[in-house]
Order: sequence, then structure tokens, then C-alpha cells
Amino acid sequence: MNIVLGDNTAPTPQQFTRLTRILHWLSAVLVFTMLLVGFVMVNSLGDYATLVRFHKTLGVLVLAIVVVRIANRLTHRAPTLPATVGRLERLAVAVSEVALYALLLAQPLVGWAMVSTSGTPVILFGSFQLPAIAPVDAGLYSALRTTHSLLAYALVVIIAAHVCAVLLHSVTLRDGMLRRMTFRHGKSPATAPKS
Amino acid sequence: MRRPRFRTPGWGGALIDRRAALLGLAAVGGFLAVDIGAVLYAGGWVGGGGRLTPQTFLDGFQQVNGTHPGFRKNHAKGVVVAGHFDSNGSGAELTRAAIFQTGRTPVVGRFSLAGGNPNVSDATAAVRGLGLAFGFPGGEQWRVAMLNLPVFLDNSPQGFFDRLLASKPLPDTGKPDPSAMTRFLAAHPETARAMALAKQQPPTRGFSDSCYRGLNAFYFVSASGARTPVRWALAPVPPAPSAVAALSGPNGLFDDLVRHLRSGRLQWKLLVTIGAPSDPVSDATIAWPDDRRVVDTGTVTLDSVNTERAGNARDLNFDPLVLPDGIEPSADPLLSARSAVYAASFRRRSGEPAGAPAVDVDEVSL
Repeated sequence: MNIVLGDNTAPTPQQFTRLTRILHWLSAVLVFTMLLVGFVMVNSLGDYATLVRFHKTLGVLVLAIVVVRIANRLTHRAPTLPATVGRLERLAVAVSEVALYALLLAQPLVGWAMVSTSGTPVILFGSFQLPAIAPVDAGLYSALRTTHSLLAYALVVIIAAHVCAVLLHSVTLRDGMLRRMTFRHGKSPATAPKS
Repeated sequence: MRRPRFRTPGWGGALIDRRAALLGLAAVGGFLAVDIGAVLYAGGWVGGGGRLTPQTFLDGFQQVNGTHPGFRKNHAKGVVVAGHFDSNGSGAELTRAAIFQTGRTPVVGRFSLAGGNPNVSDATAAVRGLGLAFGFPGGEQWRVAMLNLPVFLDNSPQGFFDRLLASKPLPDTGKPDPSAMTRFLAAHPETARAMALAKQQPPTRGFSDSCYRGLNAFYFVSASGARTPVRWALAPVPPAPSAVAALSGPNGLFDDLVRHLRSGRLQWKLLVTIGAPSDPVSDATIAWPDDRRVVDTGTVTLDSVNTERAGNARDLNFDPLVLPDGIEPSADPLLSARSAVYAASFRRRSGEPAGAPAVDVDEVSL
């Protein structure tokens, strides 16, 4: 594990591994794009067909990245949280991390299953085709289609909460929370929390 | 200068001052404003005023036709059919699609009448639709939704929507407001021309001897990658005359179709017209000249008919953009719009309790 050590003006928050940080920011950009494209495409006429194909292609990419991230998370311990994370908040961090991984895994799978239940071939860019993962069934389609929207809203909420929490920690408490996931390193934190 | 400091028990007892607290709140507020704003704008909840969306079309159909849960929001009245397509291989020079190699592909489909009222009485003048899915539910599917018209009546989603609203029956007469249609046609000369063209080809006797056209242009893509603009049509192989002379009753057209299919089969030639470079591919209201080369690619045979029910073609979305490798959409703006509105209609009706279809195959006397 690639722990980046600062100088001796501890406490320097440990960073996530380089791979973890790359995967994190890659999925952040992809998931944000996917949510926006998803909301736009269901309301569009002229761009609908192009956006849907883009959405399906990117969805498969997100699924692949999330699977790698889950494997990566299970084999690597996260760096310790700063002391500014209280007991209750530690619980919230743990629960929301599991929820976020679960949503990121479920959403592309629900999308893929949903297209399968409509009996439409799952075709991506370049005419690449995926197998169906669910039986053709309009009732099931309806349930999965609704679920896909609900999961999208849940992702918007939990990602917003995640970003807000990191911003509050980094700006107000100045505990270097964001630094655990960024690519600037080698310097000591500008402000270490004092108590 | 000493700033007031607060101890924060929830954050490990860390001390913060007011400035840091305000900065944090500003950061959070700024992020939320951008984040929520982006989501609201993307979803059309704000800033989408007047924009045509699939939802606008569903609302328009409901406004004109009333609420009919579980049915298609347009082409609501229909009956389900099945059969096969025998390709003679002539299309294979134009497209690499497996369906056009010599051989047989199963077909499921649905005959329908235009309009969102599933209980409408059959009328000879009503526009007839035929949706087919070749190779359903496999990976190389081709879905088509065709009409018995020489050209489509609109060349833009807005035109279709405006025509829909102009055709809304008035509550007192039960007929559309003639002045609304006059105003619409004045604003849409392409529809006036298309309607004049359609008038020159009066409808045939019934579903079984109608010619159904794909109307929108597509590209056939050959094995070598050559792209050919095409339009396709199903030309009837005239069936034996029906035993019943006149088509009567509220389901006259459908009853006749059911009788034909229960006593035998119906066939159509799948004709592919090849567009010249000068032929419009993005305007379905304009007919291509009659002298264009037409390739007879094979025969569609329909030999079974069923009442709409769960699990059959009732639950199939005849999305014109479900295409196999070897067929690609043109830039016709109606294609993406049809795909979007059909998807919204499919989503809506698949979540609604289904009503009984007006055409029950078992109730048709032979």
C-alpha cells in the first residue's frame, strides 16, 4: 500500500493509494456525467437516440470500474480518518460508504436488466452487444424502470452529502480530509487541527 | 485579534472559529447550488419551458384521446400477429444484416389503427399501422412501425404535435375544429402537400390488402461498408377475397383481418427502394420519384393472430431505432423523437393495469 508520509509535523492524514484515487476521480466524473445525461435524455426528442446509446456504453464502463473498485476496497484498508471525525460520524461514514458502493453497483445492473426485460438488444457504441440478463417481461420492466429512477435520485442525494461532508471537513475543520483523495502530496498540511 | 471559537463535540472536539464555519457553509452552499441547479435543469424541472419532451406528447395524446390505462398512447386499438420473413437474398448486396441473407427469420407484429382511443370504431379512412419485430427476442432484431400512407404527414416532432392538438375533437360536435386545422395547415405547408398526396391513394378495402410503408429513410450498410439510403414498404400479395362482402360493425376491419389469418395466411413483398443522392432522407413528407430502383428482398408471411395480452406483441415497443447491424438511421429528426416518445409510452403503459382490448380474436365468427 502506497502510504504517502508527510514530514514530522503530524498529524498528516494518510492518502488513499494512487490506484484508489485514480479510480475514485474517474468514477466521480463518469457518474456525474451519467446522472446528467440520464436526466437530459428522458426529456429529449432529437438527441434521445444518441444519448441513450452513450448512456448505455458509459453505464457498462461504470459497472466495470465499480467492480474493480469493490475488489480494490476489499483488499486495501482505507487510511485512518482524521481525529475530527467523531464517533457518530464514523458510523455515518461507514454506512454511507457501503451505501454508495451498493448504489454504484446496483444502478448499472438495474439499467442492463431493465433493457433486457423490454426485449430490446443491449447495443453499445460500435455495435458491441451485451447478452440479456433478465427475461422479457413488461411488468418487470416497469418495476426496474422505476427503480432505475429512484436509484438515480438516491445517488444524487448521497453524492451531494458525501461532497458536503468533505467540504465542511476540509474548509471548516481544516483537517486535510480532501487531501486523502487528491494528487498533491509531499507537503505538510497548511493547517493541522489544534485542540 | 481573537475570533470566537466553538468546540464541536460531534467532530472530535475540534475548535472552529466563525470565519471557518462561514467559509465551510459557503463552500457547501456553492456546491449545492451548482449540483442541484444542474440536476433541475437537466431534468427539465427548471428552464425547460416550452420545450417539447416525450412527456409533452403523452400529455397531448391524453388531452385529445382521454385516459386509457394500459394501452398504447397512440395506435391504441390493435391485434397481435406472427409469422416469418423469407429473404430471397437480394437485399444482401445492400446490407450485411443477417435478416437479408437467404433464409427465414421469425416475425411477430401488430396491426393497429392510428389514434389513442382503444375502443374507436373501425373506419376505412382511419390510418392503418403495422408494427413488426424481425428476430424477436434475439440480438439481431429489426423493428419497424409502418403506415398505409404514401408519405408521412409531418417532417418534424413539432409538426406532429401541433397536428395532434389541431385534431382534438370539440366537446359539442365530436369533430375537430375546422379552423384549427386550417390554421395548422397554413403554418405547415409540408403537411398540406403530404395530405394531398395521401388523398390520391385512397385506402384499400382492409388491413390484408394494404401497402404499409416505413416512410422514414434509413441506410443499408453492406459488408464492405457502403451506405445506401433506403425506404422500405410491404406490398400486399392480394389475398383471396373475403367471404364477407362488406366490412361492418365497430371492429369490421379487424374482424376481416382475423378471418383471413384464421383461415389461411397473408403475404407481403418486402420492397426496398434505393434513394438517389438528390432524394431527401430527412423529410418523410416528400415522396421519392417513382423511377427509383426497387429491390424485392423477400416475402413476409403472417399466419397467426391473437388477442392482445401480457407477454405477446402487446408488450412490444415497435421502436424504429431497434436495428440490426447493417441498418442505420438517417438524420430524419422524427426517428429519434419516435424512439423517445414510444419509450415514454411503453414505460407509462407497462406500469398501468391493462384494460380489455376491443378486438377479441375468439369472438370473431368465421
